[in-house]
Amino acid sequence: MVILGNAYNPTNKALLYKQLGLNKPIIDQYFIWIGHVLHGNLGTSFISRVSVDSTIRAALPIDIELIVVSQILALAIAIPLAMRSARKPDGPVDRLLSAGSFTLLSIPPFIVVVFLVLLVSIKWGLANTGPSAYVSFGTDWIANLESLSLAAITIAIGSFTLYFRVLRSDLVATMQEEFITMARSKGLSRRRIMWRHAFRPSSVTLLGSASVNIGGLLAALFVVQYFLAIPGLGYELISAINTSDYLLVQGIVLVVSVGVVLVNFIFDFIINIVDPRISRE
Amino acid sequence: MSENYGEIVIAEYGHPQVEKPEGREPLGVLFWICVGWIGLNLIGAIFANVLPLENPLYENFTAINAAPSLHHLFGTDEIGRDIFSRVVYGSRISISAGVGSMVIGFGIGAPLGMLTAYRRGHFDTIITTVMYTLLAFPAIVATIAVLSFWVPRDLFKIIVVIGIASIPIIYRIIRAATLSVASRDFIIAAKVQGASDRRILFKELLPNVAPILVSFLIIGIATVVTLEGALAFLGLSVNPPTPSWGNMINEARSVMAQNPWLVIFPSLALCLFLLCLNFIGDRLRTHFDVAEVKI
Repeated sequence: MVILGNAYNPTNKALLYKQLGLNKPIIDQYFIWIGHVLHGNLGTSFISRVSVDSTIRAALPIDIELIVVSQILALAIAIPLAMRSARKPDGPVDRLLSAGSFTLLSIPPFIVVVFLVLLVSIKWGLANTGPSAYVSFGTDWIANLESLSLAAITIAIGSFTLYFRVLRSDLVATMQEEFITMARSKGLSRRRIMWRHAFRPSSVTLLGSASVNIGGLLAALFVVQYFLAIPGLGYELISAINTSDYLLVQGIVLVVSVGVVLVNFIFDFIINIVDPRISRE
Repeated sequence: MSENYGEIVIAEYGHPQVEKPEGREPLGVLFWICVGWIGLNLIGAIFANVLPLENPLYENFTAINAAPSLHHLFGTDEIGRDIFSRVVYGSRISISAGVGSMVIGFGIGAPLGMLTAYRRGHFDTIITTVMYTLLAFPAIVATIAVLSFWVPRDLFKIIVVIGIASIPIIYRIIRAATLSVASRDFIIAAKVQGASDRRILFKELLPNVAPILVSFLIIGIATVVTLEGALAFLGLSVNPPTPSWGNMINEARSVMAQNPWLVIFPSLALCLFLLCLNFIGDRLRTHFDVAEVKI
């Protein structure tokens, strides 16, 4: 009815049902859809009349850019701070950092992003950072990074708390191992012991936690894109839900799920290479 | 005196047998403050319509966008609704979503995890394979996908969807925890004595798994409250005008430059609630000396 509008009558309805394949049983419809998907055809939206895969192809790079930037940011802060913390467990710095990360853990991303916008875009009045300020990378890459900055920082804060906590407890445990005492007695510098001897075994744990982090990462990604109107997959998904564009919802859910499963698989593969003991267990 | 002397000698040989008066790490004052805060929130949520609060839907056009004052403790929004009363009523949605879906998740996931870890065999292999397959699928996407098709959305549907989506992870945690207990000597001893399965599950396994269960239950509730908040923020939870912490923040977006109180109070309520829950869960885990469950 929505599609036909004024041309709605029983003949046209039957014709449209035939065009859309709605006259076939639901199981058949499902297998037809799966068949199309396997050929890389996710269908065409009834609402916007744009093909689902072109929408996804336009949105996906933005998600990837956000994930890469935010994860680099999170790791760049988490690794040095965790090392500083693990140097003197239960020292004043460690207590402060642990309490801080615990507090951050309890602040959901949708609150972080709202307060960042309130502070940076509204109070400080920095241009290009608020909602709907998105500029594509091709147009102006500096403005692009500016428009994604608050989003990336929000996602990075969520990932940072996880990485920091995992890495810190792992490093504290590793630093009590005998090979660390051995390295210390050889007179190696503290920095060298930390990076070469303690961090390398802990990096496996870090990789493991990165793949656990994906759920939280997606939630943060969706929320941030929705709030700042950044046209990534999360934004497209929520707008598709609001306009009842089910074919687009289906397509995005499929792509995101397959993506997550693939990423998990790749991480498991990398972990096996970095630490061959795991596959033997 | 001589007894004390003996103890010190033992301690010097590297086996400090001297029992500390409190074997477990004390819970601390902060823990009880957190428990008190959660209790206060619960009382507010349960008795919201008995307490002397303004109607959260009442639009008082004579007091629009009022700043916090004695009359309106947290101020009013752009159509004159009392924010304090909306925050208190909003806690109902968040808390019942958190508790309700964890009742479903733990109600199904925990018994299943204990049973498969105790029985092992084909049953365990099948259930575990299914659960691990489900775990590979991102729960947040599944939740959003189901909620997008299952309209109109209400609290009950949200509880059911999140509850079911949480079963695999709960199953994994409880199964791992039970596995580590099930191979211990006292379980074997009970089996040799001819204790029934039911007795072993309830009298031997359950008391040992319970601390892990309780601390993860609390952390689970915190996680669901966050998730419900995010869904509400995205407009996928209960429909306005029913207040929830998440949709209050969402609704305040358009006016937050003029009236930041609208965002600040529900955010503060949510963050404090989560911080206390996380702290309680974390403290209980160290208190019961739960070794990190390998997941």
